Amino acid sequence: MPTYIRIEDGRARLAEDAFSHVADDIADLETGGVILSLARFEAEGDRLISEGRRVGVRLASDEQVEALAYDLPRISLVALDFPKFRDGRAYTNARLLRERLGFKGEVRAVGDVLREQAGFMLRVGFDAFEPADGSNAQEWDAALRRYRHVYQRAADGRAPAFAERER
Amino acid sequence: MYQYDTIDKAMLEDRAAEFRGQVARRLAGEITEDQFKPIRLMNGLYLQLHAYMLRVAIPYGTLNPTQLRKLAWIARTYDKGYGHFTTRTNLQFHWIKLADTPEILDQLASVDLHAIQTSGNCIRNVTSDPYAGATAEELDDPRVWAEAMRQWSTFHPEFSFLPRKFKIAITAAPKDRTAAKVHDIGLVLRRARDGALGFEVMVGGGLGRTPYVGPTIREFLPANRLFSYLEAILRVYNRHGRRDNAFKARIKILVAALGKEEFARQVEAEWAKIGDSTDLPDTELARIRGAFAPKSFETLPARSEAFETAKAADPAFARFVRNNVKPHKKPGYAIVDVSLKAIGDTPGDASAEQMEVVADLAERYGQGDVRVTHEQNLVLPHVKLDDLPVVHAALAAAGLATPNINLISDIIACPGLDYCALANARAIPIAQHIAEKFRDQERAERVGELKIKISGCINACGHHHVGHIGILGVDKKGEEFYQLTLGGSGAEDATVGQILGPALPYDRVADAVDTLVDVYLRERQGDERFLDTFRRTGTAPFKEAVYADVH
Repeated sequence: MPTYIRIEDGRARLAEDAFSHVADDIADLETGGVILSLARFEAEGDRLISEGRRVGVRLASDEQVEALAYDLPRISLVALDFPKFRDGRAYTNARLLRERLGFKGEVRAVGDVLREQAGFMLRVGFDAFEPADGSNAQEWDAALRRYRHVYQRAADGRAPAFAERER
Repeated sequence: MYQYDTIDKAMLEDRAAEFRGQVARRLAGEITEDQFKPIRLMNGLYLQLHAYMLRVAIPYGTLNPTQLRKLAWIARTYDKGYGHFTTRTNLQFHWIKLADTPEILDQLASVDLHAIQTSGNCIRNVTSDPYAGATAEELDDPRVWAEAMRQWSTFHPEFSFLPRKFKIAITAAPKDRTAAKVHDIGLVLRRARDGALGFEVMVGGGLGRTPYVGPTIREFLPANRLFSYLEAILRVYNRHGRRDNAFKARIKILVAALGKEEFARQVEAEWAKIGDSTDLPDTELARIRGAFAPKSFETLPARSEAFETAKAADPAFARFVRNNVKPHKKPGYAIVDVSLKAIGDTPGDASAEQMEVVADLAERYGQGDVRVTHEQNLVLPHVKLDDLPVVHAALAAAGLATPNINLISDIIACPGLDYCALANARAIPIAQHIAEKFRDQERAERVGELKIKISGCINACGHHHVGHIGILGVDKKGEEFYQLTLGGSGAEDATVGQILGPALPYDRVADAVDTLVDVYLRERQGDERFLDTFRRTGTAPFKEAVYADVH
């Protein structure tokens, strides 16, 4: 099981993962929540949800969140994949999920997820992480609060410098 | 000048503290060089041929004397006593020890300097007009917008892992001193007929392997909508720019592949969805604008007797004035170009002592303002005509008064094979050989404006594509050869140069440049520059002369 870190009450904590990642070629699903690829979700999502299962969708970095626009109310979580930490497309996907599509469920970072990216991820709306660098919740918590200020408006609602200056 | 407030300072302190922890993890062996590489690159630290290189950002090329003295101190304390000013108006230290870098970043932060986003696939240091706030030509002070973009782009959560690096230039003068048209985004301030301020937006210019002059995708963007529009451009690029091949990942490739109309359409569609929620409030722009408010210039007569007397008495001073002194918007003041192109030296290098001389002069005679140009020189933008003789004497004593701005020896050269792991060939000694050939300043002035730009490899850090004469180092069976291109320009008349013919061996390059100049002097009509003559005649007479010698 990968380490699963969630933001709860503003802190990064080690959490129990109620979902399992399901590869496209696995026929028998475990009990509990499942995270499916977009293709599998499109094929089987309706049925699984109607059976009462909690379903999440994992988007590859070249897939766009707009594809999920009409399904979001039924989806428990969206996992956004970083095939390499350098592939920054998931930052845009996360931000649009929160800001444009109004998604309130979990947005989870999966793949090549490093604690050096923690601050950026939190700002665009990720609230759950599966680190690939062996880092723990304490290290994530420290990384998330590294910077006392930010310069831009983003999906986390933090007041940017220009707003702080007006106070 | 903009003064960092407690928020700006806290950002730098937090970054320096973060990097200190990361270096400690590396030095303790907790992370490998492979894992450390992306971390150090986010802090401007490269591993070069001989040592680490630290690239310090000089936001929009503006420095105060305290900062310049700190750079001199770092050069002396942690490097070999000098630094290298780059075409991005940054400063590179080429001989840095990893273990010293946390302390260097702390020292930089103490004077509001840093190495943030000087490498990596993020938005890099914004280039602006080195004459900003001093030239009468400008519509507005571009530093206001450059500083706002510095803040907006710093640790941008969505755009710090772009397909490739991203460079923005902004100018407000018709004479472009920023190479705006060969940037990922070039912004030129414009006024609408009703007087409203806005930007012409050019996207997808660039050099490297595939040079492009950036097409205009919007003739007029209202100034207060800049940040939402930038966000739209960056978002389209972040989503659709190629990530499968680093050589095709710059935005210029996306713009060329889609065509400028389709690219512009996608940007406009995204912009419409964004709305104005991410535009900077007018109050913040006003705050930044206040920081760049005109200096307290004295009311002076346009004519200075001290200046005129010195000019008449001292031919060297008169020559310096002809080439390195430009008109200022205020009577009795001038803009002074400080040449880092002394004949025989490395273009763009400055010793710690030279940095201190410039810092002292800026403090005493220049309203505490120093600029770095993308052509690797420095500028004292506000000097009284009365003070010019003494400023010239002090610069001359420090080897900083070479009267060659825009002349043939004012060469841009990348570090080349002397430092860089990517280079195919040396660039610096080629620049030195050419400068030596035109040591005679009389002759150099007769030749007039001639921009030579030299790159040691196809990555084009020396901007050879946009040199009036461009020189590109190539490797032929392990030997250094050089391909010449003619007719390029990075200015408002931006053009990519044309290849002259087969590459020349190392020891033939300076002679070939000499030959090109002779052809120009023979063919020139009226007051044509080299570039104008070339544009009229084409390559034929130049090619004939250069390759005639070969046979």
